[in-house]
Amino acid sequence: MDLIETSYYIRGLIIKMLASAGSGHTGGSLGLADVFTSLYFNILNHNPNNPNDPLRDRVILSAGHVAPVLYATLSAAGYFDVSELFTLRKFGSRLQGHPARDKGLPGIETSSGSLGQGLSIAVGLALAARLDNRNFRIYSIHGDGELQEGQIWEAAMSAAHYKLSAITAIVDCNGLQIDGPVERVMNLNPLRDKWASFGWNVFECDGHKHTEIQTCFKLAAQSMEAPSVVLARTIMGKGVHTIENDNRWHGKAPNPEEATEFLCQLNESLKIDYQKNRKNRDIQG
Amino acid sequence: MIYRDKGSRSTRAGFGEGLLDAGMLNGDVVALGADITASTGVNLFAVQFPGRFFSLGIAEQNGAGVAAGLALGGKIPVFTTYAVFSAMRTLDQIRVSVCYNNLHVITGGAHAGISVGPDGATHQALEDIAVMRSLPGMNVFSPCDATQARILTRMAILDCTGPVYIRFGREAVPDFTGEDMETVPGKAQILRPGNHLTLISTGHMVWEALGAAAILARSGINARVINIHTIKPIDRQAIIGAARETGFIVTIEEHQVDGGLGSAVAEVVVSEAPVQMEIIGIPGCFGESGQPAELLTKFGLTSSQLAVRIEQTFRNWKNQP
Repeated sequence: MDLIETSYYIRGLIIKMLASAGSGHTGGSLGLADVFTSLYFNILNHNPNNPNDPLRDRVILSAGHVAPVLYATLSAAGYFDVSELFTLRKFGSRLQGHPARDKGLPGIETSSGSLGQGLSIAVGLALAARLDNRNFRIYSIHGDGELQEGQIWEAAMSAAHYKLSAITAIVDCNGLQIDGPVERVMNLNPLRDKWASFGWNVFECDGHKHTEIQTCFKLAAQSMEAPSVVLARTIMGKGVHTIENDNRWHGKAPNPEEATEFLCQLNESLKIDYQKNRKNRDIQG
Repeated sequence: MIYRDKGSRSTRAGFGEGLLDAGMLNGDVVALGADITASTGVNLFAVQFPGRFFSLGIAEQNGAGVAAGLALGGKIPVFTTYAVFSAMRTLDQIRVSVCYNNLHVITGGAHAGISVGPDGATHQALEDIAVMRSLPGMNVFSPCDATQARILTRMAILDCTGPVYIRFGREAVPDFTGEDMETVPGKAQILRPGNHLTLISTGHMVWEALGAAAILARSGINARVINIHTIKPIDRQAIIGAARETGFIVTIEEHQVDGGLGSAVAEVVVSEAPVQMEIIGIPGCFGESGQPAELLTKFGLTSSQLAVRIEQTFRNWKNQP
């Protein structure tokens, strides 16, 4: 599988596991599938067979509600069997509704679910790495609405203060939150300027184009002086066109009939994305 | 043994020394400060180990989260600021980032209790025990004097596992315990034997409880005095023993009567050995500005006031039909 196929495979897993669970966050999980695919299949220094390697790169999912995309990606990368995805949100599962480190699922670096806490954890990890002269990178993943939490900006201030260039924060800029458009619920703009004024390198990309995503990650990794943030423009619900950009699908799971329909739509979207990608390559080539 | 001639020191001074001791013994110990490192005692460590001290500014929520990240990275972080902030402004961060991850993060709560004095209600932590002890997996320490603060701090950092909250005060109080007193986390200390009733106390109030017991003795009432330096996990056996052997328990604390030491003791008493109890503390109100002695007097927490109140309730209980 190439990265596009992999991201659609992960989207399919997300739909199936959410339908099986009967609840959960569909829109944001689908929207982040390309970012997660690029991270785990191209960027990260990690080993699914040795998930506790002290030198591994760390992924801190601060926006814990999009746990399905993390779980699906981890299983696709080989951290655990794909069949376990269907225990999502069920009694006794290691796949809690929001990530729970104490349940022992390989690849889960921290518990999350209360928004705004992950960037501080990334700062602590980066300080620990520096004390031990270890060079791993820390990727912390946030929703755009999550940036309304004050703790994020406390953490942003401290990461720049300590010049923690090992941190790459990723913001899932889909522009939507539960109550509606982010700019109406509580405007974050100018977002790029906010991060820049806090002393961060700011990169922006189409969060559905692997080459753009990876370019941002690689540029961020070259920074020696400052932490970096990647503002990834994404489409909530990406790949299922009937729910794309529909914030009603932020926190809803498909029923079995909808899941069947969504999987068909994913197949169509995969074909379209493939054609677009080929056309782009032809133009560039 | 109880030393009456060692003078007075603050528990925050003991905390600072215990942190320094731990830092000397283990290179993974790191300290985090939130701007007030001189008044919390953290500056001792910061001066000795500047590379292992991180100033995080007046941003406590981030401080608690950074501590969690450091623990995930293999360090033993100690994050300290005033208890009103370290235990309460950061509650969600301690709950999710620290406790739910079951991380060995030590949270120091300075300037706890009413005896903070002139700064007034915003700076007098009177709810921190209730809040912290309700968190799953949290250990809650409250040493009675500077010597014990130093020992318990070192143990909290080097010997304990999981999250720890350690509470200490601003004012100098009699430093009456010695290195010869065995201090073990989770183990209460019987400081004075007695069989008529038991005074159970924590932190700075332990000295007042000892004073009250001495006054009660003059009236022929032999009060046992127990120091609970570990509020969670609490020493159930010491409480059950006190209930069965003396039949009447009084708790004394610089904290709200709701949810603090008294509640923790009562939870054991009602389920294991129900006896009459009296819970003495701050009666569900905010503090105010004043000198520590004035405030302790206002809330009836001096030894002489305690002795009068306890003798009365004890005799009322005895005289029940």
